[in-house]
Amino acid sequence: MAAQTLTIGKALNLGLRKAMEDDAKVVLMGEDIGRLGGVFRITDGLQKDFGEDRVVDTPLAEAGILGTAVGLAMRGYRPVCEIQFDGFVFPAYNQIVTQVAKIHARSRGKLAMPIVIRIPFGGGIGAVEHHSESPEAYFAHTPGLKVVAVSNPVDAYFGIQQAIAHPDPIVFLEPKRRYWEKAEVDPDTTPEPLFASRVVRGGDDVTVLAYGPMVKTALQAAEAAAEEGRSLEVVDLRTLSPLDLDPVFDSVRRTGRCVVVHEAAVTLGLGAEIAARVTETCFHSLEAPVLRVGGYDTPYPPSKLEEEYLPDLDRVLDAVDRSMGF
Amino acid sequence: MSVSSATTEVVDPVPGAEAPHLPQQPDLVQLLTPEGERVEHPEYSLDLAPDELCGLYRDLVLVRRWDVEATALQRQGELGIWASLLGQEAAQIGAGRALQPGDMAFPTYREHGVAWTRGVDPLDVISLFRGVDNGGWDPVATGFNLYTVVIGAQTLHATGYAMGLQRDSAETATIAFLGDGATSQGEVNEAMIWAASFSAPVVFFCQNNQYAISVPLERQSRVPLYQRAAGFGFPGVRVDGNDVLAVLAVTRAALQAAREGQGPTFIEAFTYRMGAHTTSDDPTRYRLASELEEWKLRDPIARLKAHLSRSGAADAAFFDSVEAEADELAVRIRRGTVEMPDPPGTAMFDHVYAEQTPHLAAQQAEFEAYQASFEGGEH
Ligand SMILES: Cc1ncc(C[n+]2csc(CCOP(=O)(O)OP(=O)(O)O)c2C)c(N)n1
Ligand SMILES: [Mg+2]
Repeated sequence: MAAQTLTIGKALNLGLRKAMEDDAKVVLMGEDIGRLGGVFRITDGLQKDFGEDRVVDTPLAEAGILGTAVGLAMRGYRPVCEIQFDGFVFPAYNQIVTQVAKIHARSRGKLAMPIVIRIPFGGGIGAVEHHSESPEAYFAHTPGLKVVAVSNPVDAYFGIQQAIAHPDPIVFLEPKRRYWEKAEVDPDTTPEPLFASRVVRGGDDVTVLAYGPMVKTALQAAEAAAEEGRSLEVVDLRTLSPLDLDPVFDSVRRTGRCVVVHEAAVTLGLGAEIAARVTETCFHSLEAPVLRVGGYDTPYPPSKLEEEYLPDLDRVLDAVDRSMGF
Repeated sequence: MSVSSATTEVVDPVPGAEAPHLPQQPDLVQLLTPEGERVEHPEYSLDLAPDELCGLYRDLVLVRRWDVEATALQRQGELGIWASLLGQEAAQIGAGRALQPGDMAFPTYREHGVAWTRGVDPLDVISLFRGVDNGGWDPVATGFNLYTVVIGAQTLHATGYAMGLQRDSAETATIAFLGDGATSQGEVNEAMIWAASFSAPVVFFCQNNQYAISVPLERQSRVPLYQRAAGFGFPGVRVDGNDVLAVLAVTRAALQAAREGQGPTFIEAFTYRMGAHTTSDDPTRYRLASELEEWKLRDPIARLKAHLSRSGAADAAFFDSVEAEADELAVRIRRGTVEMPDPPGTAMFDHVYAEQTPHLAAQQAEFEAYQASFEGGEH
């Protein structure tokens, strides 16, 4: 494949294809992922090329998808499970939390669980209930699971392959409202490690942390802030468990200010953990408390209200103002 | 992983087709043939007066018009999405009209026809798909629970509700709606175990519309769905879901059995989803147009119309009046949708708890102050 401009969705599709070509043990499982290619078409064309044994249209049963993935993994397969929407992962939650996450430790390393759980997550698509959620904290809170969130086509293309090749179970979060965002992907470049955060825009005044769909929002905020003479450093966290905070600490030691942005409700979200760690590690450098911008502590609202619920450029800038005002 | 082809070869879920390991494919319970001919069934009888038959026809036509109008509104950007009931009108009207006022229904997201029979205002359903709320009707007052989007969850709720009825010695029953795909969910299977175990007065009404989005029935089941019930220990029956009379008769009987303490029944209403799964779906990717053509011949409205005309129960003036009423309904739905106000931003903070917590109250106050800051030109 030559370098080309891809959407996040297409980059995932090509990344999955490459992973399946590279390893015959990779099996995709999910609802409607075969002939339909998934409701977001992420697996488009894969069943046609790899057959029904490797791209499995499953019965409508998420506990079944994850539970059988465990058995397939024990048998040496590398299941890649698609959960159709974030809100539908919960029938599988038992399997993920009590089994997938613990089997490696329970078996003292005898059994590997190289399972990837792909979840289109987050809001902003005008959907009905359960189609716009951000469940990442439930998984990041669970020892034994790793959690990553991609924000762009390059990370999507390489990240899905890295996740599939990785020995541990990974919840792989895809920013569904950004599936159509484009960037150039060169498959011949060396990818960044999967479990590393990355500074995506340099700046001096405030460190803004984001992941998944909010990276774009943070970058837009940085753009707008620049016009007002403020310089924001934006870090794409990329990995939520384990967190890779060294680049964040370096940044906060310079800026003295930190704002964490996510769509998930603020209370006990990723921002809470990050604020604690930044405070513990950078206490003497901080000019202001670490501030969090996130969803309100309410159920995700009907779509007519989601613009008000979701963090946007203005809410990020508002937090930046408050941080600067300390 | 190559064993599958050998085993799937002998499974043929097409009714009547060769499948030696399967029980004989059943006949559907039918009281009205696709041609509109009234036939008798040894176990299910129905004696409706002409005006009752006309009432059913009116229901069918009006919910279809509502559905068509909603699809059009979605296309025009007025709704976020719409889940069409096209083709399933008879299953829903038959089941809905079998209910008595005190009964409680637990729908999925597609039961607009049942909503209609419970007196729910179409606009209160539309508001969900417009993104204004999660359904505007009162589940207690209507005996029609709110839509449940998470597949199968409502079947347990219906069962628990039925257990409550038992404890209250209530002479009513519950009905849980589900799709063919939903039968694969663990929770649905648990619901049937619970219902059987406690002989709960609940009817599982499964609209087998042949697809779960793109996935055909054979991925969910090797046996006709109604036969699952036997394994749980209660009766199952397959009814022609496009025959409103048969659905009404079968559902009435099942509800009555439940009320009389005979426990649950599983009804498989054999039907077809004539439209896309939702307006977001593209069925041309997974099914043949010929299949659709075949099912058009079994249209639930056409057959009742034929019966009404032939039997003299209704005349042209009646059909015209229903058409006119449908036109009015469409106008009312369109106007009501377009004029539906957006909720205030603070609505999301309402009813999260019986009494708002201090933390949430503070957050709401922050939200309001933040919103107000735009009006003052602060930003
Ligand atoms: C737990 C869960 N998983 C997945 C979905 C996504 N989804 C919505 S409808 C649907 C298919 C349902 O098929 P069926 O039960 O046959 O009902 P139908 O839509 O055909 O009426 C799926 C997979 C969901 N809503 N809930
Ligand atoms: Mg179905």
